[in-house]
Amino acid sequence: MGDLGALFLRAMFAENMPLTYFLGLCTFLALSRRTDTAFGLGVAVIVVMGVTVPLNQLIYSAVLAPGAWDWAGMPDVDLSYLSLLTFIGVVAASVQLLEMVLERFLPGVQAAFGAFLPLLAIHCAILGGSLFMVERRYDLSEAAVYGLGSGAGFALAVVMLGAIRTRLAHADLPAGLRGLGIAFLLAGMMSLGFSSFAQMAAQ
Amino acid sequence: MSGAGNLWAILTTPIIRQNPVTLQILGICSALAVTTSLDTALTLAISLTLVVVVSAGIVSVIRRHIPNAIRLIVQIIIVASLVIVVDQVLQAYFFELSQRLSVFVSLIATNCIVLGRTESFARSNPPVPAMVDALGSGLGYGLVLVLVGACRELFGTGRLLGWQVLPLADQGGWFTPLSLMLLAPSAFFLLGGLVWMVRSIWSEQAEAPDFPPHATGEDR
Repeated sequence: MGDLGALFLRAMFAENMPLTYFLGLCTFLALSRRTDTAFGLGVAVIVVMGVTVPLNQLIYSAVLAPGAWDWAGMPDVDLSYLSLLTFIGVVAASVQLLEMVLERFLPGVQAAFGAFLPLLAIHCAILGGSLFMVERRYDLSEAAVYGLGSGAGFALAVVMLGAIRTRLAHADLPAGLRGLGIAFLLAGMMSLGFSSFAQMAAQ
Repeated sequence: MSGAGNLWAILTTPIIRQNPVTLQILGICSALAVTTSLDTALTLAISLTLVVVVSAGIVSVIRRHIPNAIRLIVQIIIVASLVIVVDQVLQAYFFELSQRLSVFVSLIATNCIVLGRTESFARSNPPVPAMVDALGSGLGYGLVLVLVGACRELFGTGRLLGWQVLPLADQGGWFTPLSLMLLAPSAFFLLGGLVWMVRSIWSEQAEAPDFPPHATGEDR
């Protein structure tokens, strides 16, 4: 259990998706103008990553990994070059499915978070999570914990940035720095803060 | 002649004035992690330019045959297949480099620039302007990537593409490497500064304030 807890914390803080790997920055910067949109986006990312990373792990280990077709008498088949296409398809399909399920059973949640779901179909952090999962050879439980942890890390970062930018909305900034420029500088400072968590993971 | 001038305008506009990174906030997702050194930044810039040009060409050639309802899926599959080809070529011929690029070559597939160009331009234009437009966007993106990569490698290690440009202090020179440049935050600061610079020079790109300050009667 201790390993999984450590993995969760590492995925959330030390290897924070937007701030140390620069993944998902498009939505990270574009949707963090206000705290409530940032919160909606964060929740949607946690759910989608928690679902797709373990799902992709199952598909990868059962179908795509080298030697996965051993039982059928084809030990040499290596389909891992198809993993990118598969992952994109799985992510897009589960986002669509999630949207339909929410619409049918939880219309309130759909109204609050539904607008962000289509954006997540091609989201670097979500696809990146699946690709990192393959590169680091996580098993199913590790993949689930890793997906939830990095989703939570993204949500934490985007809500914090949203809060800071709401505070700064009344500040009198130089014209060229308004909007995107200051968001980059803020993200840089947050990234500086998060890099101190790397020490935590090293122990 | 006007046709050629038009193409030239299509090619050069996105490089600085409509730069996809600094103006449109597109495609920075996968961009920054590879900029710790110039060679990885260059590789990713070239790969992305290739993918975006070829996919714009393909989408533009078959644009009359793609049903509107499933066009995004068709475009994503075309882009992802091209990315797989680039990734396999890199693994076959530049193995050490592809190890350092890790998952970021695959992430070109989700780069907003590629889908943005195919969706907004290539889908409704003939192949030649579509590919020129894609080339412009790719070069504009590459320019930012190479600038940030060069800054970080030069000031982080004193080298450029592996050549020692600035003599290091512990080898008898005068330059002390700034190790902050090799860490993640520096990429944000450099890019923020770059955006500030570009938007100060071309001030029409600056965003309007959310809450305009009240007039105080002083000249600002």
